[in-house]
Amino acid sequence: MKRNAHKRQILKYAVMQIFTQGALVISLAALIAVIIFILIRGIPYINMQLLFGDYTSKTPSIKPALIGTLYLILISITIAAPIGIGSAIFLTEYTNSKSRLIRYIRIAVETLAGIPSIVYGIFGYLVFVIALGFKYSLIGGGITLAVMILPVIVRSTEESLLAVPRSLREGSFALGSSKVRTIFSVVLPCAASGIVTSLILAVGRVISESAVLILTIGMVVNKMPKDFASPGTSLALDVYYFGSHGYPEQAAATGVVLLVLVVSINIIATVIGKIYGKGEFADG
Amino acid sequence: MDNKFNITVRGCDLYYGNFQALKNVNIDIEENEITALIGPSGCGKSTFIKSLNRMNDLIEDCRINGEILIGDQNIYDKSMDINLLRKNVGMVFQKPNPFPMSIYDNVAFAPRTFGIKKKSELDKIVERSLKQAGLWGEVRDRLRGKAMGLSGGQQQRLCIARALAADPKILLMDEPTSALDPISTGKIEELMSDLKSDYTIVIVTHNMQQATRISDKTAFFLLGEIIEYGKTESVFSNPKDKRTENYITGRFG
Ligand SMILES: Nc1ncnc2c1ncn2[C@@H]1O[C@H](COP(=O)(O)OP(=O)(O)OP(=O)(O)O)[C@@H](O)[C@H]1O
Ligand SMILES: [Mg+2]
Repeated sequence: MKRNAHKRQILKYAVMQIFTQGALVISLAALIAVIIFILIRGIPYINMQLLFGDYTSKTPSIKPALIGTLYLILISITIAAPIGIGSAIFLTEYTNSKSRLIRYIRIAVETLAGIPSIVYGIFGYLVFVIALGFKYSLIGGGITLAVMILPVIVRSTEESLLAVPRSLREGSFALGSSKVRTIFSVVLPCAASGIVTSLILAVGRVISESAVLILTIGMVVNKMPKDFASPGTSLALDVYYFGSHGYPEQAAATGVVLLVLVVSINIIATVIGKIYGKGEFADG
Repeated sequence: MDNKFNITVRGCDLYYGNFQALKNVNIDIEENEITALIGPSGCGKSTFIKSLNRMNDLIEDCRINGEILIGDQNIYDKSMDINLLRKNVGMVFQKPNPFPMSIYDNVAFAPRTFGIKKKSELDKIVERSLKQAGLWGEVRDRLRGKAMGLSGGQQQRLCIARALAADPKILLMDEPTSALDPISTGKIEELMSDLKSDYTIVIVTHNMQQATRISDKTAFFLLGEIIEYGKTESVFSNPKDKRTENYITGRFG
């Protein structure tokens, strides 16, 4: 009896190991396959004309999309960062974390972070394009993106703030510091790397977003945006446009550009987190 | 606050929610003396010491009754400026808690809070405070280095320097050496004896030898009450209360 049970244990263990290893190999392989496929298909078509040339229907260019993407990052982060960081500071430093209202606010923020982006898109369309009469515009799209990344920024900033040990806040108060001084001179500097990391990741989300922008900025691929109020396009939208309008090579090439950008952003975020995150305050 | 810095506590009751952590505490703490607070874990020593600089205000459901006077000012008066109170009543915590910034910036933190901006003036305060804390010689060449790079004992002395830089009149220390090795502990004890001519010092300790070595007066706490308070020699050599005797001879706690 006992022997058998032991054998079964060993068998279970082996099956489990094979299964999990297999799963890991398949997921890695899928990821690598996608990346390699896009790179092989896209890299040969990356050239100066595509990147920085003037757009013609024979020789399309992603210059308008590069500029458009920059605009979108600028608008959305400029709006979402101060509001998001401010809200997180309020939630962690000025409220009783046990209060019911605050718990509900947290749940709401978490839910907002999980809403499909197309829902934000239709919101942006109805509000900015239609109701406010912006027509298709980078500013409308940028504000919508700001609303979309806001809960993400609030949550990750809150996490960074909560990770600052209470003993440091106490140390500051015990020296006669006001709350404001404590927040600005102790809490925020300690949380800075986490906050910066979260902003960089938010930039990554803005760059990869397409659903919101299809409905708000007009996907004008062939004209340079004149200003914030112009309609425009973004890299992700260009991939979609090229792919669905008979430019498969350009779609793959733009995909490569997007991939490189998003991967670098994630690497930068990780490096910042690693360099400044660890060992700053060892005691919890 | 005027220029007397003795502490008078009258009928002090403190509650965390429904739990009473201090019961009718009365004590007179003299200037230029070291007063040790001893007692078993959970008897309210930290609670008491934190009520002297109103750190308990940070705890949401904490209520306090009775009077705590510094000089003749009731520190729980509505008119009391809490930040000024905490500047005058410095605190050193059990676990060293230097800020993750440079050694210099740690020590200059409080002076900057209170408006000192001139570099020459800050330099002077930093040097003086680090010397008082017996750390100057070890860190003079790396003032711009990270405070986190110091050893535990050095960090604790840095925290003492940081508290002294605020120019306090009273120094509260909650088990300042419990996380340190004997050599660092010795240095900090020496330091306290040097400092007492200028400050009123209150120290919580679990170490009976430490209390006898450095303190002038000792208060024995039990379950939120002060059971016995008096000159350290007499409390230790001739305790009046049976419970004090049991505690200091290690029969409980
Ligand atoms: N924030 C708090 N909320 C509720 N109860 C608390 C709080 N802080 C302390 N207490 C309780 O008050 C009592 C006194 O605690 P205190 O920390 O003052 O003890 P102490 O004498 O410093 O103990 P130790 O020697 O272990 O540090 C304990 O029973 C403790 O559980
Ligand atoms: Mg304690």
